[in-house]
Amino acid sequence: MTTEVEYGRYPVARLAVPEWMLKVERLGRVYGPFDDAVIASTGPEVGSSKSALNGAVVAAWDVSFEVAAGEALGLVGESGSGKTTVLRCLAGDVAPSRGEARLRTAAGDVSMFELDPSARRRLRIDTLAVVYQDPAEGLKLNISAGGNIAEPLTAAGWRNFGNIRNRASELLTRTEVPINRMDDLVRGFSGGMKQRVQIAKALANSPSVVLFDEPTTGLDASVAAGVLDLIRSLLEEHRIAAIVVSHDFAVIEMLTSRCLVMQHGRVVENALTDQLLEDPHHPYTQRLVAAARS
Amino acid sequence: MLLDDLINPTQSDELLDEFAKREIRRAMLAAVAIPGYQVPFGSREMPVARGWGSGGLQITLAVVHDDDVVKVIDQGDDDGVNAVNLRRLVTTSTGADQTSVAAEASVIQSRHRIPEDGLDEESILVLQVPVPEPLRGVERDMRELARMHAEADYSRMWVSLYEDKVRNGVITQTTGYPCLVNERYVVATTPIPRWDIPRLHESPFLTLFGAGREKRIYAIPPRTKVEPLTFDDVPFEVEDADGASCAMCKSSDAFLVSLPNSDVWMCSDTDWCRRTREANA
Repeated sequence: MTTEVEYGRYPVARLAVPEWMLKVERLGRVYGPFDDAVIASTGPEVGSSKSALNGAVVAAWDVSFEVAAGEALGLVGESGSGKTTVLRCLAGDVAPSRGEARLRTAAGDVSMFELDPSARRRLRIDTLAVVYQDPAEGLKLNISAGGNIAEPLTAAGWRNFGNIRNRASELLTRTEVPINRMDDLVRGFSGGMKQRVQIAKALANSPSVVLFDEPTTGLDASVAAGVLDLIRSLLEEHRIAAIVVSHDFAVIEMLTSRCLVMQHGRVVENALTDQLLEDPHHPYTQRLVAAARS
Repeated sequence: MLLDDLINPTQSDELLDEFAKREIRRAMLAAVAIPGYQVPFGSREMPVARGWGSGGLQITLAVVHDDDVVKVIDQGDDDGVNAVNLRRLVTTSTGADQTSVAAEASVIQSRHRIPEDGLDEESILVLQVPVPEPLRGVERDMRELARMHAEADYSRMWVSLYEDKVRNGVITQTTGYPCLVNERYVVATTPIPRWDIPRLHESPFLTLFGAGREKRIYAIPPRTKVEPLTFDDVPFEVEDADGASCAMCKSSDAFLVSLPNSDVWMCSDTDWCRRTREANA
């Protein structure tokens, strides 16, 4: 069955509209005091996310999107455009100034920003996982790869040593970390392997949503390609709703079907990824794509 | 006690004034009311250095009356230098009597051991605690520690047990084995060895933990559930002396310690050893 969906500026034929897993509405994050005038004094038209009125920084404003199970959404933009701020608001590392984020869980929809901090952290255990650019942020470097995976498992109530070992080795095998490195400290791993362990940890409790913050930026090209391959097959396999933040179009092209382009804290273009790459509309997107293609 | 007495205290031989005792007793009451929760208290300067039992000493001084009988042990030994000095300090400043027999004592202050026998509903066990925070090994940020306790988020503690098992094949932690008290708070059972931990579970006596340097008091009230953290398939084990028996009293069912560089084992609880020998003779 196909339906006509108004997408971007011209209709696109798609399979039946999938149900969203994560829905974000009018998300905003401002550093400093703000009102409508302050918001209006920033953005792509002005060419800055810092207000000339009072110096407040509008890191992200009016960001809305939804992601379905098995779908990956890209957030693109140069550094400082606000994409990581959006991701950190969703991860719970930064408090948003405005907006709503609804997450579909087995127990019904939850409004993430209305949860108290402890309920928010529980969500991170088994529903919403994050893969950070810097493995040191997502992993404890001075414990073993298996121990890092044991952390979300024990947080979710696993109390059987053998079962934890089995689950950890299963995840590490899936993420192509040599199983004989399972009991070695993560500190001694290469960058690519650390990132694979971080992905294994994120998948430990089969989350329904995974946020990727520049997952391959710190890796060299061949290693990055391997990690991207892995992420792509995992997303398909587990029907995960993913958000991928990156400034690298190669990553976006490989992983995502749709993406938002951000500039100075605003979304300037929202389109299917292949369409965006072939036919960028916003002048900023055109510059980005041209820079990536050259 | 009248307010006037508090405001205008008369000079006495006691080490703690009534204000201090009251504050420590309040902290103890809070600790008993919330088993396993570390209650902060204003640790006073004591005539012993912090780290040498000043926390236990303050608790003992706040609970002891002149009709109490006090036993003080250091490593299970009533005649250790530190035990002798602390006991003399307590008895001379409060007028309490002293004993080495646990069954006769109403307050037992200890570092390292729970006496092998003799504790009942009338006993109060006071432990001198060096490090009251069970999570100190896995987290240094105090705010994060407070959050972890508040949310009963002990996954990092489990990870450290996992790591210990992976690295060493067995759980190697000897003293201070982490235990879940009343199905809520994880406590450090420092300074006692694993051997004594099963005896805290549903014990008839009250256990008070005092950390003078870290300014914390916590408690395990009588008849409280105390479960050592263990994986389902890795049973909790106490120390094993390889079937050895005490060189003096021949006991093999007490906590034994070996003399340095030798195969000679002796009871850690010297008074229990003495009484066993007298009964055998």
